[in-house]
Amino acid sequence: MGERIGVFVCHCGTNIAGVVDVKRVAEELADYPGVAYSTDYTYMCSDPGQNLVKDAIKKHKLTGVIVAACSPTLHEATFRRAGTAAGMNQYQVEIANIREQCSWVHRDNKEAATEKAIRTIKIMVEKARLDEALDPISVPMTPRALVVGGGIAGIQAALDIANAGHEVVLVEKSASIGGHMAQLSETFPTLDCSQCIMTPKMVEVAQHPKVKLMTYSEVDDVSGYVGNFKVRIRKKAAYVNRDVCTGCGLCIEKCPATTPSEFDEQLADRKAIYTPFPQAVPNKPVLDAEHCTYFLKDGKCGICAKVCPLDCIDYEQKDEFIDFEVGAIVVATGYDLYPIENLGEYGGGKYPDVVTSLQFERMLSASGPTGGEILRPSDGEVPKEVVFLTCCGSRDTESHLPYCSKICCMYLTKHAMLYKHNVHEGQAYVFYMDVRTGGKGYEEFYTRAAEEDDVLYIRGKVSKIFEEDGKVMVWGVDTLSGKKIEIAADMAVLGLATIPNQSAAKLANMLKIHADEWGFLSEAHPKLRPVESLTPGFYLAGSAQGPKDIPESVAQASAAASKVAALFAETEYHREPIIAVIDEDTCAGCRVCVSVCPYDAAEFDDEKKVARIKEAICEGCGVCIAACPSGSAQQKNLTDEQLYKMVSAALEV
Amino acid sequence: MKIPYYPGCTLHERARDFDDSARECAMALGVELEELPVWTCCGAVYPLVTDSVMDILAGVRNLSYASRLGDKVVTLCSFCYNVLKRCNNVMRDDAEKREKVNLFLRADTESREKIESYTLEDYEGQLEVLHYIEMLRDVVGYDKVASAVTKRLEGLKVAPYYGCMLLRPKKEMKFDDPEQPTIFENLLEVLGCDVVDFPMKTECCGGFQVVNDEELAVSCSQNIVVSALKREADIIVTTCPLCRYNLDRHQERMAERVDGFTSVPVIYFTQLLGVALGIDKEHLDFTDNSVDPINVLAEKSLL
Amino acid sequence: MKLRLTADMLVDEVLERVETLSGQKLRACYQCGRCSAGCPVVEEMDIIPSEVIRLLQLGQVDEVLSSKTIWICASCLQCASRCPKGVEFSSICDALRAIVLRTRLATPKIDADGLTRVMMSDAPQMGVVGALRKLNG
Repeated sequence: MGERIGVFVCHCGTNIAGVVDVKRVAEELADYPGVAYSTDYTYMCSDPGQNLVKDAIKKHKLTGVIVAACSPTLHEATFRRAGTAAGMNQYQVEIANIREQCSWVHRDNKEAATEKAIRTIKIMVEKARLDEALDPISVPMTPRALVVGGGIAGIQAALDIANAGHEVVLVEKSASIGGHMAQLSETFPTLDCSQCIMTPKMVEVAQHPKVKLMTYSEVDDVSGYVGNFKVRIRKKAAYVNRDVCTGCGLCIEKCPATTPSEFDEQLADRKAIYTPFPQAVPNKPVLDAEHCTYFLKDGKCGICAKVCPLDCIDYEQKDEFIDFEVGAIVVATGYDLYPIENLGEYGGGKYPDVVTSLQFERMLSASGPTGGEILRPSDGEVPKEVVFLTCCGSRDTESHLPYCSKICCMYLTKHAMLYKHNVHEGQAYVFYMDVRTGGKGYEEFYTRAAEEDDVLYIRGKVSKIFEEDGKVMVWGVDTLSGKKIEIAADMAVLGLATIPNQSAAKLANMLKIHADEWGFLSEAHPKLRPVESLTPGFYLAGSAQGPKDIPESVAQASAAASKVAALFAETEYHREPIIAVIDEDTCAGCRVCVSVCPYDAAEFDDEKKVARIKEAICEGCGVCIAACPSGSAQQKNLTDEQLYKMVSAALEV
Repeated sequence: MKIPYYPGCTLHERARDFDDSARECAMALGVELEELPVWTCCGAVYPLVTDSVMDILAGVRNLSYASRLGDKVVTLCSFCYNVLKRCNNVMRDDAEKREKVNLFLRADTESREKIESYTLEDYEGQLEVLHYIEMLRDVVGYDKVASAVTKRLEGLKVAPYYGCMLLRPKKEMKFDDPEQPTIFENLLEVLGCDVVDFPMKTECCGGFQVVNDEELAVSCSQNIVVSALKREADIIVTTCPLCRYNLDRHQERMAERVDGFTSVPVIYFTQLLGVALGIDKEHLDFTDNSVDPINVLAEKSLL
Repeated sequence: MKLRLTADMLVDEVLERVETLSGQKLRACYQCGRCSAGCPVVEEMDIIPSEVIRLLQLGQVDEVLSSKTIWICASCLQCASRCPKGVEFSSICDALRAIVLRTRLATPKIDADGLTRVMMSDAPQMGVVGALRKLNG
């Protein structure tokens, strides 16, 4: 046995030393087979601590190092760097976690904690004795990003990546970029006009030489891995040659078929051939075959084709598939509102004067169906009393969604305020449970609504809304005075919960990125890695990750872009070599590994009749290793032999 | 087709009209309601306290009787339906209570053997407890009901009143959407009625509180009746004797309290079904109503 | 009005009994008041349902046990059906009534005269049985 392992026991101040007898640990380990050097120190991660490790590596000609300290997620990289600096291969530096999994959880039993620390280190010594020197796997990097979703988050991410000098493919499923922000009237807490601040960005991203904008398109397939994704984009048939179209609008004007406008939240109609809104980018129409007379009545119509001066209409157009290679993917698929149909107690959508928050935005918008006037959908009258409801579907663990949708308190406050600016003699009521104003200038905005615009905030949750005598009857409560409240209002606005965009769930599945049980995409670490997915190469921006307002979405988008830019700063991407390897001599060619690999990293060599692992793709999950009947698949530096010795050390057998 | 039927006390006493009309309709639809040979009161209200073992015994005893006849039991009264369904759920899902209640059932049997010809068997919640409307929809089929209709109730504006006990608690009853139910409306559409959708259809009539505090029940019932009237209902139909009683009996009091109140008859849905199926009105027994439904039905040439 | 709150007031045998008997977790209620907002008989109550729960959260059991409210609830379960936290006020009410009746804190709601009246009334049997079980135990 030629191994010379060094053991370095960290006190972590009193974090470890207050519970574990570190001196005894270091002493006992000194006598353990294979250990050439053992010591302890107050803060091993400090400069002197690291020097201690470096010096010992040289002086005692160590072949492996165990740092017994905190979790490897904190300082494994630190000590690997120190090892490398002293000439050791970084994969021969190991961490034994004696803080989170030992001293912190066994404060009440110091003796047992010390025993456990000793055994934990012995386990790692057994591992280190068989650790091989490994090199990180280098893979080439394609410095082009795919951004999925053309709302404010996607636009911002695309712009920032493009401005850093990298190519971007921006994919948006609807006919125009802009997302929900383009639908909004004014924005809290400054009341900037949403369109005014949004449209310049939309134009900028569309005209950016580094950005390839693909609207009316969807991600059809993604394969590969960080640095080397292959993506297939489905460009949906628009039945309009949008490269030639100048957006003159003649076809839209003459089209006889109408259907409720998605952009106007069903409050107005659009044509079958349409741009979602006048400021659309690109400002070129698409034809919606589901509502087009030509398609519904076997070619009877064709007016758009007749009037188009440039012959852009092509009823034969098919979906097109375009492939790209990209190195990183930013997912910015945004949100939807919780369906009003789920709230039967508020009518479930059957009362025209009970509207959703986005419908109310369209009413407030100067470019909306009412030209910015607040009019009741049922009869076009100006509503004198309007009730706004927070938490419609949110914070309901029993029947709806348990989480707080975060933005409703503020946008309903804005709604109530803008309503008052619009209808001076009107009365706005906001039913709330807590007014959550955790943003810069938000509390002041809420105060202004309550004090200057006389919005009456009523603390309680509405139980039922129904129509009676041409009014919207609201059964609420004021929990502060202990009274049931009944309001015969003219209109009610529901602050419906924020849910992830419903097409995003399918996408997350295809991308193999993790989402929480509600469909919001999961970040790699809730605090320290908030814009990365756990799967390398995927970044998150905006409401796809959780309910967010505009400033937060923009900040997250820029953060994701900077992560992408950092990734693209290298021409190669280095991956951990702790992956599977197959012993070709013993492999029987059964292909079990090929069938179980979730990453398509195991392939079969038809000539040699053995399986092989594609290094660049393998994530080291270990599924093939467990499945391999002959034990030919092994994890590097976590071989069966190592595991056996580690378990033996753990059990002291 | 025979289906085990649990009528409950009220249908054998003060709601004979409900029982009679239901049996007549079932017969017209080719279903024989096979009344349990032995049954007792179900207890009327399901106990909401957790230590209720004795309190559910009556309900379970009836289920045990019913389980000898088949795999389903049909009932009409909303209270009975609620109690039987919840007792059934608890016997199916709660092993501890199941064991305790079954001990009582066994003791029951021992003390009764001498006077009754059969014994109570342990009960495990295996029955399907059906409301008569569910039976019409799922066992008979609304299409079959439609083809049996001889007199479509065209032009009759009918407000279906669900009340509480069919729908709540929603997780246990699973009868329909608790806020916007439609099973009742769908039946009425099959009969050709103009269905009146009114927002008070799932609100409480005051229930048993009428016994202690009549004013309370009048207020509650008034909200419901007035809401239906505002939508020009010619008639209100119910599935529950207590709802029928509260909505029907207090209309004179409502007239004193509400300006311009006009009375509206309240009948059982089975009575209306009977009219549509062409059953003779003598068999449908319209004699127990404070607000006479005959005039309204005659006006529309339905009787 | 002032309530001097101490930690002991929040740990009470009767409070525990309310939770066990009702099967409801009082602290789960976040006081949105929806039970009160949708209650069809709230107008007759001296303390609205959400306040009953609040008082229990504050350990004020006696005030709740002597309230009119608990005898007015008609067990329509609308409160339970719409509660966003799954707290069933109707069950809490049944528990509170049970505590009063089982410990003889008050006489049964329907007294001898009432009983005669009830028996003579033409109310459906289910209503009579229901009222006696709910209000007299």
